[in-house]
Amino acid sequence: MKYIENVSRRGFLKKLGISSSALVLGVQLPSMLTIPKALAAVTNTGQFAPNVYVQIGSDNIVSIVVHRSEMGQGIRTSIPMIVADELGADWQQIKVVQGLGDKKYGSQNTDGSRSVRRFYQPLREAGAAARMMLQQAAAQQWQVDVSETYAKNNTIVHKNTGQTIAFSALVARASQLAVPETASLVLKAKKDFNFIGKSNVALVDGKNIATGATTYGFDVELDNMQYAVIARPPVLGATVKSYNAQAAKAITGVIDVVQMPDLVEPAVFKPLGGVAVIAKNTWAAMQGRAALAIEWTDSVHSGYNSASYKIALAESCDKPAKIIRRKGDVGKALAEAKQVITSAYYVPELIHVPMEPPAAAAHFHDGVFDIWACTQTPQSAQATVAQITGVAPEQVNINVTLLGGGFGRKSKPDFIVEAALLSKQLQVPIRVMWSREDEIQNGYYHAVSYQKLVAGIDENNQVSAWQHHAAEPPIASTFSQGADLIGSEADLGLIDMPYDIANVSCGIGKAPAHTRIGWMRSVTNINHAFALCSFVDELANARGMDSKDNLIAMLGADRKIDLSQQQAQYGNYGESLAQFPIDTARMKAVIEKVATMANWQRKRAKGHGLGIAMHRSFVSYVACVVEVVEDSAGKIKVTDVWIAVDCGLAVNPERIRSQMEGAAIFGLSLAFYSELSAKDGAIEQSNFDNYQIARYADTPTTHVEIIDSDAPPGGVGEPGVPPIAPAITNAIFNATGKRYRELPLKQYGIV
Amino acid sequence: MITLSVNGKQHQFDDDGDMPLLWALRDILKYTGTKYGCGKGLCGACTVHLDGQPIRSCVTPVSAVGQQNITTVEGLSAQGEHVVQQAWQRLNVPQCGYCQSGQIMSAVALLARNAQPSDQDIEQAMSGNICRCGTYQRIKAAIHHAADLATEIKGS
Repeated sequence: MKYIENVSRRGFLKKLGISSSALVLGVQLPSMLTIPKALAAVTNTGQFAPNVYVQIGSDNIVSIVVHRSEMGQGIRTSIPMIVADELGADWQQIKVVQGLGDKKYGSQNTDGSRSVRRFYQPLREAGAAARMMLQQAAAQQWQVDVSETYAKNNTIVHKNTGQTIAFSALVARASQLAVPETASLVLKAKKDFNFIGKSNVALVDGKNIATGATTYGFDVELDNMQYAVIARPPVLGATVKSYNAQAAKAITGVIDVVQMPDLVEPAVFKPLGGVAVIAKNTWAAMQGRAALAIEWTDSVHSGYNSASYKIALAESCDKPAKIIRRKGDVGKALAEAKQVITSAYYVPELIHVPMEPPAAAAHFHDGVFDIWACTQTPQSAQATVAQITGVAPEQVNINVTLLGGGFGRKSKPDFIVEAALLSKQLQVPIRVMWSREDEIQNGYYHAVSYQKLVAGIDENNQVSAWQHHAAEPPIASTFSQGADLIGSEADLGLIDMPYDIANVSCGIGKAPAHTRIGWMRSVTNINHAFALCSFVDELANARGMDSKDNLIAMLGADRKIDLSQQQAQYGNYGESLAQFPIDTARMKAVIEKVATMANWQRKRAKGHGLGIAMHRSFVSYVACVVEVVEDSAGKIKVTDVWIAVDCGLAVNPERIRSQMEGAAIFGLSLAFYSELSAKDGAIEQSNFDNYQIARYADTPTTHVEIIDSDAPPGGVGEPGVPPIAPAITNAIFNATGKRYRELPLKQYGIV
Repeated sequence: MITLSVNGKQHQFDDDGDMPLLWALRDILKYTGTKYGCGKGLCGACTVHLDGQPIRSCVTPVSAVGQQNITTVEGLSAQGEHVVQQAWQRLNVPQCGYCQSGQIMSAVALLARNAQPSDQDIEQAMSGNICRCGTYQRIKAAIHHAADLATEIKGS
């Protein structure tokens, strides 16, 4: 293979069809381990640090602290774009610094699709405050009015004379100025943005990824570090009855065997217990673990079997313990309906399978923990380590590495506590690594769910009644033992059903948990949208309507939905409804957009089918159309996915598109292949051979368009996922006339 | 004592010959660009080359390597100048990036034996590499771009 040096840059770029103005960050990032704490702090003397996110040094480099975790969503690129834009920074003179876990940054809990949503405004303000102080410093130096100055490329420019002065030359003076009040900040107009909304910004970590120079949790190297793997109970709450430590220690390279403290439920973020094997290298540790021959006790969850649990969930749907949205009189409307449609939907227990399983390195020394981990939530890691080890939180330093995928798994710091406990006990640096089997069999699972929907269609062919009952073990059970009713999960696509129907009832049935229930990319929106978007399509068919026309018709008049009028307590992803309404006009707009993109009205070839689904989640709106084709053997392939997304103002359109492309694959994986099952309390699947996800041959062409919007930024990382699976099954129905209501589809032999 | 040749550099390996090459590279020789994903040859994150052939280092014991030259992602070009690395950067292929060194190594091996692969060739050659983030579409495009680049280099 030849190398690129021989190619002219212009020719190279032309070949790729990419504009030669692509912005590539010029400054090399230090690898994770060479970022000392001092760099992550922004209080160094001789530097201008008007707030916790920005510091400017005498070298004219603008350091921007990224306080959120990078797990593929591109936040290490998006945050600098926001700050640099308001600051007037030169992209070539920026250094990106990963923030330690520290409350001073505000929430660092990187989940819920809210990094840009929650920090767009504060980060713009941080950049603007710094810029205004530098302008003021320059104005003082030039003895001109501040209005005669502006910031550009790490300099302040004097409009009238064109004179410039570097940021670095203003550091001393600017540091003496008061930080402006938030109310006095002047933010840039959208038309003046240099980076926000632009698609030509290269990934901050792109080069390091391509050269293997990045540091993930698995890659952290510390002096004298030892390697640990842990055999954890196959059933939640089971404990160690016996094990053979001698056999493990007989393996060359094994240093020690340590029994972990038993788990006492609720599980929260506590380690699961079991036996740790510590060795000179990973292979020896794994060999040692295999030699342990552990016998486990039974647990209260040993009777958990997926087949019987499914039946119990179905029964629970028939006797909901709580009605959580009520409008009109569903019973009466159903009794009077000309046609009653009833359907049940099942989505099995699922697991994250980030390509990098959990891993953390901890070094306890001098009463202090130095920890490096692929964590989505360093502050929670800090608090949990402190609580369980009895060390004060301020003595627990959590360094965030890159995450080899997160999807919600790495929001739970149990694996970090394991490393901390072992390092404290053994007084050496320890890296704990989870194998793929560990990750699949000892996870925080996406809850299995059963849902029953009933609708009435009246004599005018209008949908007059909607009843949706769901039973699924709640996330609350992980934090409060015995919790058996979902809480805020109901806000994720169950009670916020947006269709304009006179009589509505949403209820939830009891579902006791037997595994740790967690949250996985888009959480219960996955199940709820699968049921909701499938059922709406079934109603289109029952009404003899085109699927897309039915969606538009059922949404009714343009309006902002107020669920409080229907005895529903709706969380709206923690946002105010005034700022982030449930807006049916925006729903219709993404539906119309995606229908145009996919040429919805076209004649479809034999064996081809189009399916459509729209879902609002994380205060963003996504509609998708899927095209499937059935081959002569009855196998289904998804050929194309069209996605229209309205996520408010698009801060980093290039990463929004990549998140939608990824969501299509994530949704396809769970629609086609992924399924966990429990037998006698233990998860039966173990690796990618029996817990399958999509591969190359499954990959459709995904087309993404972003609605131009001035609404505040909404979520991006998760909202693409929920509508994919129902759009696929809707397309299969369109192509074949067969309706599939249980996932994954592989059980039907069609994929 | 086993001598391992990694990216043109000789290393003495004095440990369990049954150790999968993955752990020898990562833990002993500190080439951490090669990743663990499954330990069973199912995901491709650990892909390296032995004399130019892509293999799964997680299921290849060190003792089986012999005199063959090992190439890891670090051995392509430390500055990211290999055409495949360039194409990956230009198309902003990665999301989390964890699987990408294995993807890149599989792609490099594909292009070495097939200078202008079709979509189907790519699907076949890359079928053993999983990406949970779902970057398959961009990887396909990047492989085509890399192929074009390599052709352009040849012609220039």
